[in-house]
Amino acid sequence: MRSTLMFKQSSVAAIEAKPSSRDGELIARVLGGERQLFHELVQPYERSIYFAAYSVLENEHDAEDVAQETVLKALKNLGSFRGDAKFSTWLVSIAINEARARLRHARVLKFESVDADPQDEEREFVPAVLRDWREVPSEALERKEIRELLRSAVASLPEMYREVLILRDVQEFSIADTAVTLGVNEGVVKTRLLRARLMMQKILAPKLKTKHAGSLFGLFKGKASGSWF
Amino acid sequence: MVLDCKHVWEQISDYIDGTVPQELREVVETHLAHCRHCAAVLDSTRNILVLVADERTFELPVGYSERLHARLQVELEK
Repeated sequence: MRSTLMFKQSSVAAIEAKPSSRDGELIARVLGGERQLFHELVQPYERSIYFAAYSVLENEHDAEDVAQETVLKALKNLGSFRGDAKFSTWLVSIAINEARARLRHARVLKFESVDADPQDEEREFVPAVLRDWREVPSEALERKEIRELLRSAVASLPEMYREVLILRDVQEFSIADTAVTLGVNEGVVKTRLLRARLMMQKILAPKLKTKHAGSLFGLFKGKASGSWF
Repeated sequence: MVLDCKHVWEQISDYIDGTVPQELREVVETHLAHCRHCAAVLDSTRNILVLVADERTFELPVGYSERLHARLQVELEK
């Protein structure tokens, strides 16, 4: 049966345009001299910082380096945070910019093109057309093979689509926050998100439907009323 | 208004996010009710996004938080 639930309508988590009162208060106290509180200030955003960097770099070690650089840079520049955006958006923007700078440097060293192919934005994307779909339950993620399949599909996306997908669908940023973080308008975010999502469907749907049907059914047959696919 | 499959695919991302205007949404849903291919594209896309969003798919490296705060502490003590 096809689910009618909307995906993540409730996940537009931190919508407010300005720093939360929690963040605002901590920022004021850090700037007032209680510097140890910076640990507490950044703690809720550790995951976002890391995966923002990872969305650009696709490398765990580099993403962790950039996450550390981001936190140090934020500490150094906290006084210049103007408070007209959310603190989390500001932090993640730093991470994205640091990661892009690192990637640019690496590409220059390798004499590769820095810019995305502008024609990518114009190209038409067609999903994998299926006759039907039986839901793959989240329990399937207990299987390393399935997690790797998903990660590898995300990694295979061109950078501009991977960034949007990770911010929006992994980090659950709102469209507006994703736009501010990436420095593009909301229309661009929506266009890239559509393409990123259809690319993911095109890559993954046939694999999940065929390659793993037998093993998934074997693992979860108690939950299914019949064959999954 | 009648949509063909290609136009429904163009709405799938906004449809999943619940941001398609009501009138267009009804047209999309009429199409989905009669087109098993587009219904399967929608269901598979939504299912894949749920799996991608699960914290088990993208896990932080072990010890990441500890190393981050240790590095920060060194800077704070300067």
